[in-house]
Formats: sequence, structure tokens, C-alpha cells
Amino acid sequence: MASSEALTTTGYIKHHLQNLTFGQHPDGTWGIAHGAAEAKAMGFWAIHLDTMFWSVLLGALFIWVFRRAAVKATAGVPSGMLNFVEWVVEFVDDNVRGSFSHKNDLVAPLALTLFVWVLLMNTMDLVPVDWLPELAKLMGIEYMKVVPTTDPNATFGMALGVFVLTVFYSIKVKGIGGFTAELTMQPFAAKNPILKILFLPANFFLEFVSLVSKPVSLSLRLFGNLFAGEMIFILIALLFSGGTVLFIAGGALQWAWAVFHILIVLLQAFIFMTLTIVYLEMAHSHH
Amino acid sequence: MNINLTLIGQSLAFVVFVWFCMKLVWPPIVNALNDRKTKIADGLAAAEEGQQAKAKAQEHAEQVTSEAKEQAQEIIRRAEKRETEMVEEAKGNARTEGDRILTAARGEIDKEANMAREALRAQVAALAVTGASKILSREVDAEAHAKMLDELIAEL
Repeated sequence: MASSEALTTTGYIKHHLQNLTFGQHPDGTWGIAHGAAEAKAMGFWAIHLDTMFWSVLLGALFIWVFRRAAVKATAGVPSGMLNFVEWVVEFVDDNVRGSFSHKNDLVAPLALTLFVWVLLMNTMDLVPVDWLPELAKLMGIEYMKVVPTTDPNATFGMALGVFVLTVFYSIKVKGIGGFTAELTMQPFAAKNPILKILFLPANFFLEFVSLVSKPVSLSLRLFGNLFAGEMIFILIALLFSGGTVLFIAGGALQWAWAVFHILIVLLQAFIFMTLTIVYLEMAHSHH
Repeated sequence: MNINLTLIGQSLAFVVFVWFCMKLVWPPIVNALNDRKTKIADGLAAAEEGQQAKAKAQEHAEQVTSEAKEQAQEIIRRAEKRETEMVEEAKGNARTEGDRILTAARGEIDKEANMAREALRAQVAALAVTGASKILSREVDAEAHAKMLDELIAEL
């Protein structure tokens, strides 16, 4: 269950929460970090190989399945995988139509990508926590965190993309002036120019916080939910080493939590997609 | 759980996947869905049209059938009329022919009777002449009394 170096409970949990980090050691050599302290010492210029591997693999899976369906898609009778893909596409399309009222060819594919990709990454959480790390250990890989959405880098990375798009479309639709005005002329509005200038710092502070809070909350919500879920799976897995009674209790709990977690997995992917659509809708509309 | 280069990597992956989805996944699927919608709408409209055409054809067929029935009735009626006519005609013909034959037969009978009567008359005259000559012996000269004998024959 736990790695050979740490058979304690703390060690087990720490091991599970450690990403496979590749970066430059303080002594100047490049390599994999052994332990949390070494990973921390690498600073910003290090990369989580496991997060990148799983997220790109799952993204590629999404692209592969959907591209195959797109190639096969005709006006005729759909079958098999195409049916499923069309169902997902229509679901996303309905959501986009419901919340987004402007003309933009990017939003619907963006929503689809985020929904399916996040869903796939979240679903990795349902794979029993020790399977893939143990398999990786057999292959000589020390750390393996398989759920990319439990890595804040992954969720922030996506939220950052959404944030850039929000700002880009805000400026594109309303112009630099309109965007700046939105940041500085409200919520305290005044006709008097002196008052306007007086209100400016307060307005800017409030609006800037609300602007930045969007990607932060978007990514932290997803990360927090999935990290907590993963954490509980890890704690349940600890029960398996506690004798027969705890083993059975652990099995039952793991099953129950997995069933409940299906809801969270799906719901968080859906929320991420919906909020992305809403943020882009806000970027397109004038106040 | 450190924020590091993974953030940038993930953002790049995000951009690539979204771009790919936007260019190569979304448009074909949505186009196919829209095409199918149009196709289904067209199909439904065609079905509606077909149904209307069918109703019209049925109406037409009924009309044609009833017309044909009427015509058939007419033909039968005419045939029946013609039949009676022919029967009457034949009856008339037969009657005329019968009458003709009857008349001819009667004429024949009359003729035969007349001939028989003539022959009988001639024989009676000859018989009378013979009788008379026997009675009168040689007194009667046939040639001399021929006129008187002829008158006698006419009286018989």
C-alpha cells in the first residue's frame, strides 16, 4: 500500500499528495524531486510530470473520440459512439444557447472541451487510489498523482485560459475605453467629474477584486472539491490495513463515497463549464 | 502542491485542445446535427405531402369507380333493352314467316283441291258420256254432241 520508505499513516498520505516533479535541484542538476521539500526547493521552474501526462492523455482521449465521431458525423442515422458524442454536444449546445446570447464561434467548443476534459480528469478520482501509483512504482516511478484536477496548477491553468479569453473579449467588444470604464466607473457612478475621480480608487478596487476573483474561484472550487474527495479516498484506503473489520468497513465506505463522488465529478465539470459560459457572456454584454 | 511551470503547461494544453475542438470537432458535428434536423423536417413535410396526395388519389379513384359503375349500369340497361327488342323482333319475324308459310300451304291445298275437283269432274263427264253412249247405243255421235257434253261437264 504505502511506499517502502514510509509505512506510517502520515507518510502514506504525504506520498499520495506528492506530484512527480521534474526540475532543477538547488545543486544545479536536473531531475525528479524526491520528497516534498526537494520539490518545493525547485521553485517555479519545475513541472509536474504526472499532472501533465494524465491531463494531456485525457485531453487527447477526448479529442480522439470526438474527432472520430466528427469525421463519421452525417445527417443519416447515428449509431454507437456517435450517438453518445452527439448527445454530449447537444447538451453543451443547449447550455451555451441558454446562457450565452451573443455570436461567438469559440464559446460552444470551449465549453465542450472544458466539460469533457474536466469530467475525464475528475473521473480519474474514481480509480482506486493505490492502483495507478502502485503500477507506477512497479515501473520505477516513485510518485504518481493521477487526478490532474487535484493539482491547483491544472485548475489554475484552465481558469487562466478562461480569464485571458474574458479580458480579450471584454476589450474586443467594448474597446479599451469601455473595459477601463467598467473597471473604474462603477458601482459608484456619478455625473460630476470630480466625484468620478474621487470614486475611481474605490471602484477600481472593487471591480478589480471581482474581476480577479472569477478565475481564482473557478479554479479553487474545482481543485477544492476534487482534492477533498481524493483526500477522503486516501483516508478510506488507510482503513484497509487495520484488520478484517476495518477492511470490510473500508470497502463499504469506499463504495459509498465513490457513488456519491460520481455526482461531484459530474457536477464540478458542469459548474466549470457553466461558469465559463457565464463569464464570457458577461464579457460580451455592456453594463 | 506548488504552483510551478505545470500552470503554463496546462494553459498551453488547454489552448491546443480548445483550438482543435473549435476547428475540427465542433463544426462537423453541429453541421451534421443541423443537416439532420433539416432532413427530418423535410422528411416530415414530404410525408405530409404524400398523405395529402394519397387522399387526393383515393378521392379520384372513388370518383372513377363510381363513374365506371354508372357506365356499367347504363350498358347493362341498354343491353337489356336491346335483348327485349331482339326477342320482340324475332317473335315478329317468326309470326310473319309462319303466316307466310300458312298462306302458301293454304294456296297449295286450294290448288290441289281444285285440281282434284277438275279431275273428278272430267272423270264424271267421261263416265256420264260412257253411260249415256251405252244407253243411247250408237245414237250419239261424240263429235256432234260435243258441245252439249261440254255444257254438261260444266254443270257438274
